Amino acid sequence: MAYSDKVLDHYENPRNVGSFDKNDDTVGTGMVGAPACGDVMKLQIKVNDDGIIEDAKFKTYGCGSAIASSSLLTEWVRGKTLEEASQIKNTQIAEELALPPVKIHCSVLAEDAIKAAVSNYQERHGEAAEAEKQSA
Amino acid sequence: MSDLKLPIYLDYSSTTPADQRVAEKMAGCLTKDGLFGNPASRSHSFGWSAEKAVENARGQVAELVGADPKEIIWTSGATEADNLAIKGAAHFYQRKGKHIITVKTEHKAVLDTTRQLEREGFEVTYLGVKENGLVDLQELQDAMRDDTIVVSVMHVNNEIGVIQDIEAIGNLCRERGIVFHVDAAQSTGKVALDLSSLPVDLMSFSAHKTYGPKGIGALFVRRKPRVRIEAQMHGGGHERGMRSGTLAPHQIVGMGEAFALAGAEMGSELERIRMLRDRLWTGLDGMEEVYLNGDQEQRVAHNLNVSFNFVEGESLIMALRDIAVSSGSACTSASLEPSYVLRALGRNDELAHSSIRFSIGRYTTVEEVDHTVKIVRAAVAKLRELSPLWEMYQDGVDLSTVEWAAH
Repeated sequence: MAYSDKVLDHYENPRNVGSFDKNDDTVGTGMVGAPACGDVMKLQIKVNDDGIIEDAKFKTYGCGSAIASSSLLTEWVRGKTLEEASQIKNTQIAEELALPPVKIHCSVLAEDAIKAAVSNYQERHGEAAEAEKQSA
Repeated sequence: MSDLKLPIYLDYSSTTPADQRVAEKMAGCLTKDGLFGNPASRSHSFGWSAEKAVENARGQVAELVGADPKEIIWTSGATEADNLAIKGAAHFYQRKGKHIITVKTEHKAVLDTTRQLEREGFEVTYLGVKENGLVDLQELQDAMRDDTIVVSVMHVNNEIGVIQDIEAIGNLCRERGIVFHVDAAQSTGKVALDLSSLPVDLMSFSAHKTYGPKGIGALFVRRKPRVRIEAQMHGGGHERGMRSGTLAPHQIVGMGEAFALAGAEMGSELERIRMLRDRLWTGLDGMEEVYLNGDQEQRVAHNLNVSFNFVEGESLIMALRDIAVSSGSACTSASLEPSYVLRALGRNDELAHSSIRFSIGRYTTVEEVDHTVKIVRAAVAKLRELSPLWEMYQDGVDLSTVEWAAH
């Protein structure tokens, strides 16, 4: 299969590979996909007090397009608010990376990953806020 | 390492280049000054000399596998031979019964053929295999019924290289009078075959897996005891009515020469290839979480099917751009199905997705093997650094207990 230059670039030089401590209060973690389907993406975001994503990291088990989709995503979400980040659409990722039709599912998975990371952060903070209220 | 040419070809189970000596023989059967005649032309020397070349090649093919030349029928390849054998025997013997037995790890040329027969009203049993890829003889025996007419089991598996015990299977078929077909596309030049003693009725061969040209193969049809098949291709009655169509002398002569070379050189070639295969395996086996697929002993010398746990096969292939190999993961298809052969061995999804088939051949060198080990080790290390599964494994998480959101 022929890969686009952008996919190859992200695959050769993946951006922001790594992990944050998932118990860190400022971190939201999204893990999507399944080994059975041949791809698993883990996306983590670090959110500052103003609700801005100041850093993001990923690890992906999957084909080159899946790796490129998640690598690109970590670049895109930096500096965005949680709401802005969760509005990123798979079609934008697919277009940017020129993914062929059989690889569209990789961009769908990336969209799922950021949504999962944002909601994980929100859940934890919602709960934390609840807990604070109750103890007060 | 100065003469190392990239990419390195390690996909000999997929196809082999034609041997130079084969190509030269073939070139002599095409043009005006060569043997271009139609072997079926009885009225002039052009036809006679082409026929002589075809019969000589038939003898060469027969000799490699211990058959009588009259038992060799030319086809366009092993796929056509499989179709002709299974459909041909099923159609001929259908008044005796309509049950066929084959194995889940067969090549698609067999599985798609039996699927077609199912659509025609035949009943097919697909046997599983043991963890080592081999058929359980007791299970086969239990599956045999009074209306079983054909058993089809491949000799050497194309993906994992294991060798089925066709002698034992053939004996079971003989006891019950069942026609036994064997797909031996991967066997010639790799394993000794002697059809004069093997209890096999029909056997498929391919030229291009054995340094011959693509587009030509043969079906062995036993004469004693005689096995009957119904033709699938009609028009002219070539090949004693079993497969019509003008013969292609250049292809046939190429296959004959390739098989003659295989017979003459197999001994020394296999020794060299086994040494290279062991060198490759030793180089890869040093890594953590690397698994050899298929039986360790009962396998051909040139195949190494390896799963690199926690690394996805297609991304690995991408990292191995300088090496031509096959992946067991069919991620390029919309279905994201991992190899059905590895699944049949009971390999879990991760391992099935992370498999690479290395197949070594006549032109593989020590330098190429050493370079391959270096590239693979670096690629696996890089991709594991990227892999959340590897991270979980290192953290001691049992991946089988994780609830995944399948998509």
